[in-house]
Amino acid sequence: MSDLERTPLYNLHVSLGAKMVPFAGYEMPVQYPIGVMKEHLQCRAAAGLFDVSHMGQVILRADDPEVAKRGLERLIPQDVAGLAEGRQRYGFFTNDEGGIEDDLMFANRGDHLFLVVNAACKQNDVARMRAALEPEVTVKLLENRALLALQGPEAEKVLAAHHPDVAALRFMDVATVALAGAECWVSRSGYTGEDGYEISVPVAAATEVAQALLSHPAVEPIGLGARDSLRLEAGLCLYGHDIDTGTSPVEAAFTWAIQKVRRTGGDRAGGFPGADRILSEITDGAPRRRVGLRPEGRAPMREGTPLFSSESSAAPVGLVTSGGFGPSVGAPVAMGYVAAEFAGVDTVLYGELRGKRLPVRVASLPFVAAGFKR
Amino acid sequence: MKFTEEHEWLRVEGDEVVVGITTHAAEQLGDVVFVELPDEGATVSKDDEIVVIESVKAASDILAPLDGEITELNEVLVEEPSKVNEDPEGEAWFFKMKIEDMSALDDMMDEAAYKKYIG
Repeated sequence: MSDLERTPLYNLHVSLGAKMVPFAGYEMPVQYPIGVMKEHLQCRAAAGLFDVSHMGQVILRADDPEVAKRGLERLIPQDVAGLAEGRQRYGFFTNDEGGIEDDLMFANRGDHLFLVVNAACKQNDVARMRAALEPEVTVKLLENRALLALQGPEAEKVLAAHHPDVAALRFMDVATVALAGAECWVSRSGYTGEDGYEISVPVAAATEVAQALLSHPAVEPIGLGARDSLRLEAGLCLYGHDIDTGTSPVEAAFTWAIQKVRRTGGDRAGGFPGADRILSEITDGAPRRRVGLRPEGRAPMREGTPLFSSESSAAPVGLVTSGGFGPSVGAPVAMGYVAAEFAGVDTVLYGELRGKRLPVRVASLPFVAAGFKR
Repeated sequence: MKFTEEHEWLRVEGDEVVVGITTHAAEQLGDVVFVELPDEGATVSKDDEIVVIESVKAASDILAPLDGEITELNEVLVEEPSKVNEDPEGEAWFFKMKIEDMSALDDMMDEAAYKKYIG
């Protein structure tokens, strides 16, 4: 794995007995000795600590913060200018065809914007922003910070023991707090469907902060395996699988994430790549749609499973983009795209597994109730 | 017990062999969540994919270790796939089969050879 990068927590993962695998150019822990199932349930029942330092942390800064906000609005269909200081929002970079180039979190940090983007996309994202925004806006990919996620119903108690201010944060609030003497940027958000925090921490303090959090009896380290099953149960997309350059935000069921001010009739309508297609799909609907899927049997339907409207129909009407066993659901769960006429909840479709067509029911997302502190 | 390179174990019981997966294989698979067994009475050829086993991580197969006929299935695993992780070399056997040529077992690894094989 010599060409792979390592996060600042690599040695900690190895010392904790993690099984390391290549992911998005990094050597990452896929699981620890307790295994994917127990890690998943631990995060839902108490708390789990994730190393997500492979993700891109980016700062956009301009002499006038409004210039950076308006600049980012040229690349994403979200309301950036209207986001209050200390608040974070979900968004996505679009392309001229109305597809999704990456999804991201962006926060208004007063004199700058702070973005978290996917590891596999971060170089492209930075290049895209530099091409569109420089020189008025500087685009800085941070190499000197790790990113931790502390997730689960006990996360508040655990983190508040190190800094009481974090208890007052609401879902999608962002604040600067000192942990282990280091300046950390904490957002109340995550990728599990649970309450919790993402913590940007200087590399020099990363291991110390991680160990301090892990020393709490409620916390176990969680690898990428359980991260995937947790986010799937929460109905959250994995870029490159559930969304990609060929899926539009409306197909992906992200209309909620395009604020009214950017839609047709809004004060800052359009003006982002692919706006023609995306705005017309908001009005007219898209030919296919991302849905939740509950296989009726025990067999998991994984990515790539074709979906049919009957046991004998010739052409598929959809495709599974993520699927597996949901440890908290106690049954297989999946998501995928289906033609609009089959997207209604409780529609029965058939997934073809090993030559057999097995029933699967369209279901609402998420599969588990969100634990956010709103 | 005899072992295959596909991490199955075989135990002779009268004129039948009992087949399961090794502790090592179960650990590698992780938490098993789904087991699909072949039909009782099925005639199988060596290396046929006859059992589907899925863990939280991935799907994999168990291959027929030899030519023969499936005589009995451990249906408990279908209802409780986690037994595969709890007792892979005991209670969690997958199927019994009658094999055509018992002498084929002689060519398989014994426990010492299997331990060396998995390093």
